[in-house]
Order: sequence, then structure tokens, then C-alpha cells
Amino acid sequence: MNSQSDASANPQDVSETLPIEQVDLRREFNEVGIGEVLDQLDRELVGLKPVKTRIREIASLLLIERIRKRMGLAAEVPTLHMSFTGNPGTGKTTVALRIASILHKLGFVRRGQVISVTRDELVGQYIGHTAPKTKEILKKAMGGVLFIDEAYYLHRPDNERDYGQEAIEMLLQVMESQREDLVVILAGYGDQMDKFFASNPGFRSRIAHHIDFPDYSDDELLAIAELMLRDMNYRFRSDARDAFVRYIHLRKMQPLFANARSIRNALDRMRLRQANRLVADLDRVLTADDIMSLEASDVLASRVFAKTAIT
Amino acid sequence: MRITQGCFSFLPDLTDEQISLQVQYALDKGWAVNIEFTDDPHPRNSFWEMWGLPMFDLSDAAGVLMELNECRKVYGDRYIRMSAFDSTHGWESIRISFIVNRPKNEPGFRLERQELAGRSLRYTTKSYAVDRPEGLRYGGK
Repeated sequence: MNSQSDASANPQDVSETLPIEQVDLRREFNEVGIGEVLDQLDRELVGLKPVKTRIREIASLLLIERIRKRMGLAAEVPTLHMSFTGNPGTGKTTVALRIASILHKLGFVRRGQVISVTRDELVGQYIGHTAPKTKEILKKAMGGVLFIDEAYYLHRPDNERDYGQEAIEMLLQVMESQREDLVVILAGYGDQMDKFFASNPGFRSRIAHHIDFPDYSDDELLAIAELMLRDMNYRFRSDARDAFVRYIHLRKMQPLFANARSIRNALDRMRLRQANRLVADLDRVLTADDIMSLEASDVLASRVFAKTAIT
Repeated sequence: MRITQGCFSFLPDLTDEQISLQVQYALDKGWAVNIEFTDDPHPRNSFWEMWGLPMFDLSDAAGVLMELNECRKVYGDRYIRMSAFDSTHGWESIRISFIVNRPKNEPGFRLERQELAGRSLRYTTKSYAVDRPEGLRYGGK
């Protein structure tokens, strides 16, 4: 090692004063291993075009920022706080976890852990309880990502003495002063988050990336369902798939539709029905195929088709 | 007289960067880091006051440094030390402890002699600082 470092000592000294001039972008890209994270994002998350575009943009910016730093083109640490808005079940939490690993790979957060909290864990129940609680969470999240789900609950406009305000102030302070230690991601439903930001303008301006999660189309929901089934080692028989397409169409028109979450619940209920159907006939010899397949009757037994109640 | 207690006490005072490396080492081992302070520097004073609770479940030293800076704001004129507690079975005790903050002026100790019957003597050390009441010992108001 010594002889090598002796040989390269001179160029190294030069690079101290004269930063590198050229960078092989592809090598840099591969080195960071960010390509595979983005590919995984593409593969495992169905739809979400605007979200993926934005994440790509952020990832590119961070990559360039890394190179700029090495070239000695000093710049402020980019603000990475984000807000995810969108309807229930559109994948906000899932994407937050991915973002953490992207930021970690690029070296913009040191540990890459995600601390996921809601109002309960930040806001206390009596005077003087909130600050230690919030601080505790902030300390745990240092070096990683703090994901605040349902962030709009932090602010209760109807009660001006609500302790949530205290938590908000602490968050704002840390978001500003320890930008290189912590990335905060807020998530919540669109209209409520708008109200939340309207009453806390400081929050809005401290967050650089506002990402809106669109609802899924019918095709995307079907793709999600098949992806989920594959993970659970199930599959649709072809008539079952047709029935499920109709199911999605009908379910979407009913109230309280929660996108991918509703699909997951529907699949869980289908698994119940399938198990029940198989158990009903005890004298049968089952094959692996029988156990893995969902039939049309498992789908059609859903109350959605009866148009009576909400499932 | 410079107090030397715990690890690294014969080295120059650690910088914040060095402190956070030590803290990170402790966190990576799964130890809980504590911040303690006192203005009674006697070596047998093992019960320092705690700044907040022991910090379990942290993954990055930045959180500890945040607390330390806050503690310095309030008790910057006293001794502050960090200790890391190992909760694994069989250890269940402090694994490392080092001073991270000290008063600007450390007056040191005097030797006190107590004369007993038959010309025998009893010795004790006493810090000059503790002549003043608690809280006022190192230029506090």
C-alpha cells in the first residue's frame, strides 16, 4: 500500500487544490447502486408515474450533487424534506421506505432507518409532555428518515391550546437546523394536507418536494392484485381473473374505496373463501395447483356483487 | 488542576467530531448512551446527575450530540460526561465513560489533615470548588 500511495501522492495533492475535472457519469451511477433501487421501484410499484418521475429527478439531483461536491463546487445540502399527498392506499408509506434506501445509497442520510410515527407518538397528553416525546422521536430518527403519517392531525385548528403546535415548532426547528442529519417526510390525504399547510406556512416552505400520489386505474389495480397474489403464492384461474376485473369496477364505485389496500383486503377474503371451499370437501385429494388457485366462485361470492353492503 | 476521570482523560479534550465518533461506536454496539453532569469533581463522587433519560434505541450519534449541546447550554460551566450502558445479560453495566465538558477553571484539591490522639493523622482530599454552594462552584450565578 505504501509504495502505491507514494506513487499517487503527487496527483492526490494536486486534487486537493485543483478538484477533479472529469467524471465518468455511468461509473458513478453504477457505483452508487441507485439504478437497481430505481428499477426495483419500477418493477414492484405499479403505476404512480408522477411519483416515479419525481423520485428519478431527486435521485439524479443527488447524484449530481455528489459529483459536484467532489469537484469542489460547493453547494448547500439540498433540502430533502418531502410531503406525500394522496388518497388512502396509494402507496405513500411504501414509497417513503424506498426513498429512505435511495437516500442512504447516495449517502445523503447516514443510517437509512425509517422511523414511522403518527400524532400519538409526537404529541403528549399534558403540559410539558410533548417536548420530550417529540425530542425522543427526533433523536431516534437522526441519521435517517422520519416519516409522519397523517401529518395533518398534528394541527388541530379547533383547539388553539392543542399541544400539537409545540411538536410542530420543534419539528420545524430541527428540519431547518439539522438538515444534514434528518429527512422528514409528511404524508396525508390531499385536501387535509392542504389545510394543514395553509395554517402552517412555515412547513410548506421548508419542504422542497410536494409529491401527489394519483389514484390507480382499473388495470393498475388488477396488476397490483396479481403482484400481491404472486407474493402470497396464489394465482387466479382465468375465469376468476375476469370476475375480479368486474369486482374492481364495482368496488371502485362504492364508498370508502382505499385503492391497493381495498384490493389487499379483498384478496384476503378470497383466500378465506377458497380455504373454506377446499375444507368443505374433505374426501378430495388436493394438488398444489388446487391450493394455489382462486376460482371464480371465490370472487363472485363477494358482497360487492350483491350490491347490498360495503365490503 | 485538570480532572482525569474515565476514558481519554489524559488526552486533550475531545472535539465534537471525536465525541460523535465515540458515541457512534457505542450505539453500533447497542449500548445506551447517558449524559451526566456534576459540579462536585471528587473522584469518589460516582453519582452524577443525569441529563434526561438514558438514550436507548438510537441509531445515529447526531441525536446524542443534540442532547449534549442542550446540556452544555444549561450546565456548560460544570463537568459533563457521557457513559454507555450495555444492557446485555452478564454485563448490565457501564462499558465506557468519558468527560465531554469541563469548567474553564478547575481549582483542584487540597489535602486535609485531621490530627488524632497520639500524633496520628488522617488524610482526606477536598476540592476547592465545593467550598462554594452547589450551582455556584464554577462561576454560576
